Amino acid sequence: MATYGLMIDNEYCTGCHTCEIACRNELGLPQGQWGIKLLEMGPWRKMDGKWEGKYVPVPTTYCTMCESRVEAGGVPSCVLHCLANAIEYGTLEELAHKMAERGEQCSIFLP
Amino acid sequence: MSELTRVSETPRVTELEDGTLVYRTAQWSPPGCHGVGCGLKAFVKDGKLIKVEGDPDQPITNGRLCIRCLTMPEYIYHEDRLLYPMKRERQFRGQPDKWERCTWDEAYDIIVEKYHELTEKYGPDTVSVWTGTGREASAYQFQTCNQVFHSRTAIHANGGWSCVIPRQTAMDWLLGCAYVEYDGAFGFKDRFDDPRYELPKYMLIWGRDTLWSNPDGLFGHSTVDMMKRGMKIIVVDPRANWLARHAEIHFQIRPGTDAALAMALNTVIIEEDLYDHEFVEKWTYGFDQYAERCRTMTPEMAAEICEVPVEDIYKAARLLAQKPCTASVGLKTDQNPNTLQICHAIWGIFAICGNLDNPGGIKLGQTMLNGGSTGRKGVGMQVNEEDTNPIPIAGHDQYPAMDFIINTTQPDCTLDTLRTNIPYPIEFLFIQSSNFISSCITQQPMQWMEACRHKEFICATDIFMNPTIQALADVVLPVSTSLEHEGIVTFHGCNQPGQFHALTQVLEPLGECKSDLQIMLDLDHRINPDRTEDAEKWADERGYLDNKIQNIPYTADPETGEPMTYEKLREWVYGRYEIPYYQYEKGLLRADGKSGFKSPTGRVELWSTVKQHLGEDPLPYYEEPRFSKRSRPEWIEEYPLDFVTGARRPTSFHTEHRMIKSLREIRKAATVEINPVTAEKYGISQGDWVTIENPWGKCKMMADVTPIVKEGVIGCDHGWWYPEDKDTELFSVRKSSINSLMPWKEIGKLGLGSHYGALPCKIYRSEN
Repeated sequence: MATYGLMIDNEYCTGCHTCEIACRNELGLPQGQWGIKLLEMGPWRKMDGKWEGKYVPVPTTYCTMCESRVEAGGVPSCVLHCLANAIEYGTLEELAHKMAERGEQCSIFLP
Repeated sequence: MSELTRVSETPRVTELEDGTLVYRTAQWSPPGCHGVGCGLKAFVKDGKLIKVEGDPDQPITNGRLCIRCLTMPEYIYHEDRLLYPMKRERQFRGQPDKWERCTWDEAYDIIVEKYHELTEKYGPDTVSVWTGTGREASAYQFQTCNQVFHSRTAIHANGGWSCVIPRQTAMDWLLGCAYVEYDGAFGFKDRFDDPRYELPKYMLIWGRDTLWSNPDGLFGHSTVDMMKRGMKIIVVDPRANWLARHAEIHFQIRPGTDAALAMALNTVIIEEDLYDHEFVEKWTYGFDQYAERCRTMTPEMAAEICEVPVEDIYKAARLLAQKPCTASVGLKTDQNPNTLQICHAIWGIFAICGNLDNPGGIKLGQTMLNGGSTGRKGVGMQVNEEDTNPIPIAGHDQYPAMDFIINTTQPDCTLDTLRTNIPYPIEFLFIQSSNFISSCITQQPMQWMEACRHKEFICATDIFMNPTIQALADVVLPVSTSLEHEGIVTFHGCNQPGQFHALTQVLEPLGECKSDLQIMLDLDHRINPDRTEDAEKWADERGYLDNKIQNIPYTADPETGEPMTYEKLREWVYGRYEIPYYQYEKGLLRADGKSGFKSPTGRVELWSTVKQHLGEDPLPYYEEPRFSKRSRPEWIEEYPLDFVTGARRPTSFHTEHRMIKSLREIRKAATVEINPVTAEKYGISQGDWVTIENPWGKCKMMADVTPIVKEGVIGCDHGWWYPEDKDTELFSVRKSSINSLMPWKEIGKLGLGSHYGALPCKIYRSEN
C-alpha cells in the first residue's frame, strides 16, 4: 500500500497559521492542541546580506492526513486552505518526484 | 466592453447525508475585512453554524482561507456578542452596568426623536455619521448621512484622511482614473493563463504588506501566486517583512523618506533614457517640467536621505523601466504629509514607462461613467446638485481642496469643530462599525473621546461592546454578521475587475441582530416616510441591492440581456467582472467617451493642473518627516528611536477579533519589534513588557526582539484593546495605545496625509 505524506514548500510558506486552525477544525481539537504546528526559524541576515529564515509547519501525531476528506474525493484541510498553496498531499513517490523537481527549500513529512 | 459572467454551476446549497446543509457564499464583513469576497462553504446543522471551509469554486481564492474566517463560529457564537438593542442614560456614559435592553422600536423612537429635536435646534449638519475602515458599513455611510439624515457631516476620524484617499486623489488627478491596482488577471476565467494576460516582470511593492492586509478588495496572497510563476519583487518598507525578505531588492528606508526614493527612481529612468518616448509624447502632460524636477533629486541624494545603497536605486530603476512591470502601493504612502508627492512620483515611474493599463502593468480603475469616487467638485465628476449652503462642511474652509477630494469633513479639523462648534455644532453622532478610540484610525484617540463625551446624543452599531461604545454611546444597535444577511461584494466597487459575488444569508440572525443595510432602511422609513424618488430602491434590502448592481456599468444579465438582479446573483453566488485593457485608447475613462484620461488635459498629468489650481506645487517634491532626527536634532538625546506602526497580522482586522480566543492563542498582546542590538542596549529581552514614550504620550507593548527592523527603529502594533479586561476602564484601551504617541493635525498642504510613524520615542522595560 502506498504511503502518503505532506510536502511543504518552505520557500513560499508565509506563516499564515491557516493550517493550524483548519486542522484543528477538522479534528475537533481543543485549544493548546495542534494537529499541525507552525514553527519559525529565524529570520536572520546572512553574511552576504541576504535573509535566511523559514516557516515550517510540522504535522503532529494527531494528523490523520484527513482520511475521510480524501476518501470523499477531497484533499486534507491544510492543503485546501493554505494561503500560499504551500502544502501538497500525495504518495511518497509522487512527492519525492515533485521535491526533486522543486530542487530546493522543501520538506516531506510523514506524521 | 466589460462583462459580468457566472463563475460556477455548483448549486448554492447542498445537503449532506446527516442533514447538514452546506451553503456557498462570499465573505466581506463582519467579522471585518476588506471586500475580498473570499469563497466560503458554511456548514449548518439544525440551524447552527458548525464550521466554515474555503470554497474551491471561488476563482481567486480557490478554497484558500485565512484564520479569521476559519474561526467564524467562535466569533458568531461568542458569549459577548451584542444580540439586542440597548439604551443607557446619557449621564452614565462609560459605565458598563447601566445598559438596559430595549426593543428596536424603542431604540428607533429614541434616535428619531433626538434627530428631530437636534436638527431643529442646530440644523441638519449637526447629524454626523462615522464609519471605520473597510467594513461593509462603509458602503452605506454617505447614503445614511446624506440621504437618510440629510446631513453633510460624514466623518472618517482619520488624521489627514490617511487611508486610501490620498492615493486615490493622486490616481484621480494624475492618472485620470479611479482606484488602480496591480494586474493580477483577476477578471479572467483562466486567470494567469488567459492569452491576453502577461505576467509582470517586476512588482514594486511600496509600504504595503498585502499578505495580511488584503487591501481594498485585493486577495493579498495573489502576489505569492505571481511570484511562483516567476515575477520578481522590489520592496520599499522600513520592516523586512516576508515579502521584503523574498525581494530581489529591499529598500529598508529611513521611515517617512519615501518621496526622495520615488523621485530618484524617476531620475535614473529619465537620465538613462529608459522611458517610453511614444507613450510620453502621446499620453502625458508636462514631461519636461516633471523630468527637470525629478533631476533635482539625484540617486546619490536619495541614498543619503533614505539611508539605502545608491547602487540599489540604479538597479531598481533599470528593472522597473521594463515592460510589463506593475506596482502594489499601500497605506504607508498615505500616512505622510508628503503623501501626494510620494504617490505622484510613484505613479510617474509607471506612466513614463508606459506601464498603464497594459497587460501585466498597472490596471487603471474604471471610472464608472459618473467619474469615480472622489468629491463633489472632483475632476470629471457629474455634479448632480450644487451645494449652495454658505456654511462650509467642517474643515473645508481651512482646506478647500477637500471639496475636490471627498464628501466627508476634513478629519483633523473635525476635532476642532467638535470642541468649538465652529462652523456648526455636531451634537448627534451615528457611529457605524467604528471603534475609533482603540488606537487605529485616530491620532490622540483620548482627545477624540473627550471631544465627543459631552455631545447631546450618540448611537453606535456593532457586533461587540467595545471601548468606543462603552465610553460614548446612549443607544447601541446589534449588527448581523456576514452569514446572517444578504449583500454584494465587488473589487473596490467594480473600479477593478474580479469578484462580483453575493453574500448569501446562511443563518437566521442571532438574537435580534440586523444588517447595516436594514438599519439604514428602517431609519429611512421613519425619517423619510414620504420618499417618492427611488422608492423601490429604498423599500427593502432586495430593492436596494438591485439598484446598487444596476448602477454599475456593464452588468446586464448575460443570459437574457436584462438588468441583473440580486436574486439571480444570489443563485450564482460568484460572478466575474471583466474590465478591458487600454481603456484610455478606447474612450472608456472619460465621461465624454473620448480617448484619453479623465483629467483636465485628457492626459496623464505629470505636471498637475489640478494641484496648481488648488495652490499646491504641480510637481513632486521631498519633505523631510517633521519630527525626524534631522528635523529635530535637539530631541535625539531624550528620544533616540523612531517608531513605525501599522504592521498587519493575520490574527486581526485592525481593532477587531481581540476577543477570539483561538486567535489570541496565536497572538497574545500588542508587540513592539526591536532590533537585537537596540534591545540589548536597553536591557530588554523577548517577551518583556516595554514602555514606549514620547512628548505626546506613552503605552506598553510586549517586546519581540527581531532583526527585521533596523537599529534605532521600532515597529509597533496598532488597534489593541483587551476585551478580557472587563473590570478595567474601557477594556484597558489606553494600555497599548500607540496612536496616543502621534501628533494631531500635522498634515499636508491640501489637508491629506499625516504621520502615523516616522516619529521619535524612547523605550524602557516596564516594571510589571
